[in-house]
Amino acid sequence: MEAVSILAQQFNPDEKNNQAAIGAGFAYGLAAIGPGIGIGYVVGKAIEAMARQPEAAGMVRTTMFLGIAFTEALALIGFVVFILLKFA
Amino acid sequence: MSVLALDFPEISHLLVWPDIFPTFNKVALIGVFSVVATVVIFLLANRKDPMVAPTGVRNVAEVSVDFIEDDIVMQTIGRDGLGWTPFLVSIFFFVFFCNITEIIPTAQMPATARMAIPATMALVVWLVYNAVGIKHQGFFSYIKNSCFPPGVPFALYFLVAPIEFVSTFIVRPFSLAIRLFANMLAGHLLLVTFAILTDALITANTAALKPLFVLPFFMLVFLTAFEILVSVLQAYIFTILTAVYIGGAAHPDH
Repeated sequence: MEAVSILAQQFNPDEKNNQAAIGAGFAYGLAAIGPGIGIGYVVGKAIEAMARQPEAAGMVRTTMFLGIAFTEALALIGFVVFILLKFA
Repeated sequence: MSVLALDFPEISHLLVWPDIFPTFNKVALIGVFSVVATVVIFLLANRKDPMVAPTGVRNVAEVSVDFIEDDIVMQTIGRDGLGWTPFLVSIFFFVFFCNITEIIPTAQMPATARMAIPATMALVVWLVYNAVGIKHQGFFSYIKNSCFPPGVPFALYFLVAPIEFVSTFIVRPFSLAIRLFANMLAGHLLLVTFAILTDALITANTAALKPLFVLPFFMLVFLTAFEILVSVLQAYIFTILTAVYIGGAAHPDH
């Protein structure tokens, strides 16, 4: 953690919101882990379901999109935090 | 130590546009264009003969209405929700046209990348599904069914009820607005990043860097195509979530 601050200080010694930039980077980076796993799981299960029962593919696909939207929203809230820290 | 850095423009240069006339800027112009485009499509489709096989604009309009009816309304609300089709078609087309201007060459700004349009639409959807719930179930019964879902052991209601209340009345409009806004903002920033990187490599002082511009250029092309998918998908997600919320308010626990 300290190494990141020292590196940022080296590259940008006059910037007074270095810490905001570091925090912003951590915010989105950590926020993207959970939904990445979650969406992968949802889509994987949907593919399995569509392979087991091809006639249900339409309904499975609709529900898959809904599930993706819900989990992706969490990653996007992290992205909004990144934007707020970096640019406001 | 010397660092080769990219001169990224300020965020206000990417998202804040000057006024064309007071209180009206390019983002508002794109919003007006989206409304006009939707209305024009369906007005032109209406002039065609309904008795022959549909072609051209009428075909587009009929395919869209069938898509919303079969894949969105029937799947989420059921047969008695077909009266909601015009509302959902309007939402879908408005959000789609606001999103697709992200890649249209003279505009290249998704109107939904500013929070005004997503926030207002989320507010409208919130008012609509609460009004539907109150009308179908009565005010106190609607709140009771939303916060205390049946089938939960009694002692758990102390935990479940606040969570359900926050989830149904507060998180839903926020997540609708933020999902649409952040997706479009992220796409816009990605396109800007790769475009600026391509330009910086083409006009680089070091000759060794110049041929590298093909890499971000291919990313730019690929991302433009990907943004078409994201535009359609986000419009579809907004519409189907609206239908799900209306269905949940009209038919509790079905």
